[in-house]
Amino acid sequence: MSKDRLIYLDNNATTPVDPRVVDTMLPFFHEIPGNAASRNHPFGWKAEEAVDYAREQIANLIHADSKEIIFTSGATEGDNLAIKGVYEMYSRKGNHIITCTTEHKAVLDTCKKIEKSGGEVTYLEVKPDGLIDLEQLEAAITDKTILVSIMFANNETGVIQPMKEIGEICAKHGVLFMSDATQAVGKIPVNPKELGIHLMAFTSHKMYGPKGVGALFVNRKNPRVKVTAQLDGGGHERGMRSGTLNVPGIVGMGKAAEIAKNEMDAEFKRLSILRDKLEAGFKEKLEEVYVNGNTEHRMPHVTNISFKHVEGEGLMMTFNQNIAVSSGSACTSASLEPSYVLKALGLGDDLAHSSIRFSLGRFTTEEDIDFALEAVSKGVTHMRDLSPIWEMYKEGIDLDAVEWAEH
Amino acid sequence: MAYSEKLLDHFKNPKNVGTLDKSKNTVGTGLVGAPECGDVMRLQIEVDSETNIIKDAKFKTFGCGSAIASSSLATEWLKGKSIDDALEIDNMAIVEELALPPVKIHCSVLAEDAIKSAIADYKGKNQ
Repeated sequence: MSKDRLIYLDNNATTPVDPRVVDTMLPFFHEIPGNAASRNHPFGWKAEEAVDYAREQIANLIHADSKEIIFTSGATEGDNLAIKGVYEMYSRKGNHIITCTTEHKAVLDTCKKIEKSGGEVTYLEVKPDGLIDLEQLEAAITDKTILVSIMFANNETGVIQPMKEIGEICAKHGVLFMSDATQAVGKIPVNPKELGIHLMAFTSHKMYGPKGVGALFVNRKNPRVKVTAQLDGGGHERGMRSGTLNVPGIVGMGKAAEIAKNEMDAEFKRLSILRDKLEAGFKEKLEEVYVNGNTEHRMPHVTNISFKHVEGEGLMMTFNQNIAVSSGSACTSASLEPSYVLKALGLGDDLAHSSIRFSLGRFTTEEDIDFALEAVSKGVTHMRDLSPIWEMYKEGIDLDAVEWAEH
Repeated sequence: MAYSEKLLDHFKNPKNVGTLDKSKNTVGTGLVGAPECGDVMRLQIEVDSETNIIKDAKFKTFGCGSAIASSSLATEWLKGKSIDDALEIDNMAIVEELALPPVKIHCSVLAEDAIKSAIADYKGKNQ
């Protein structure tokens, strides 16, 4: 394997900043240094103008009003602000929140914090394909329910939840609907108003913008939603999020949103083809390859694959000098717990430990996919030659019947 | 996480990969770990019954790079040792030799367990 070839297939972790975004940001570090909240001089006016423009660009991407965009430091902050902010703002109405087990930690841990402070949270299980059960959702709603928080697209599997149906259920019961749309915005059409989403967190660095900036969509009409601020200070962002605005970051996010909107259709098609090629290639070259999660309702650029009887982290080590991916195996932690998302899909621990997430992006080429197919397949074969359980499987031994010396 | 050269070499060019005939009385087999835990190690020794010296050792491991390197190193160390000396191999010696990071110490523990289990299997067959 050539030493210098480096292929990035971990775009769900973060995306490279598009050079067009970088160019747009640069003047805002030195030439236009103002604080967007400085109302009394041209430096401030220019910064504010730039922020307003970016707000428009972002609102356009999600078909919202620019007044409904609250800038944050990223999706983790957006999730925290939406959930805690609603919990505090609507405490007189109720204290019950519904979410699901495959959410990002930014949602799950926020909900756990709320439970500690006296709130009640229902964590919906998902079906084996990763989708929530709508009947279960509806059945979980009580007269104390104030918020349903379901992610748009899963970060590990790319599975897209039935947002419109969830929105309808929430509307029917007069419950607010919040979504962590980090992995979806900029990559597939996202229209919160059409879907009945009232709050939606997303971030710039998953759509080829800079890190450290994100946005929370907060619905302004029918209903007018409010959240209690979680940071005290100057009352920026309609009082919902204090703190000097990250002007270069916001300008970058705006440009990233504009590019994403213009190129979305073509990118969707291109990435789906590459992703399908990767999956088909593995299935052709190797036995016992499983794609995790629903393969119909999913993002175009992600595939989560289990290579049975091979441990994911070890497998990654065979090619990680050249190819960057993520593993659902967490053998680095003392607990040896594999991905909770894959386990929630009902995958056995062995398959969860054997999984690799490939997430493609704007700068992924067909040559990258060919190279990855070759290198990863070679790695799987190497690891299977080393694997006692692969040998046992090949001998026809029922692995479930073996008494393992667990440690 | 940056791994040591030695660890990477054992991972990329593992020594003594393979299978010994476990039905033979001179062969001891240790199978430790579980697929659910993310690592399974099978370590086998073939012992000269006259001298109690380990003539050959083989392994196969399902696991991360550290688990594979630990078992590869263990087989290297076992060959030529008496079974009494082999019982003295301590997991911390593996940790030092491969410069295993703290989160990977369990891999060396597993290798030590595999050695002990293989020897126990051999002894059981030859009581």
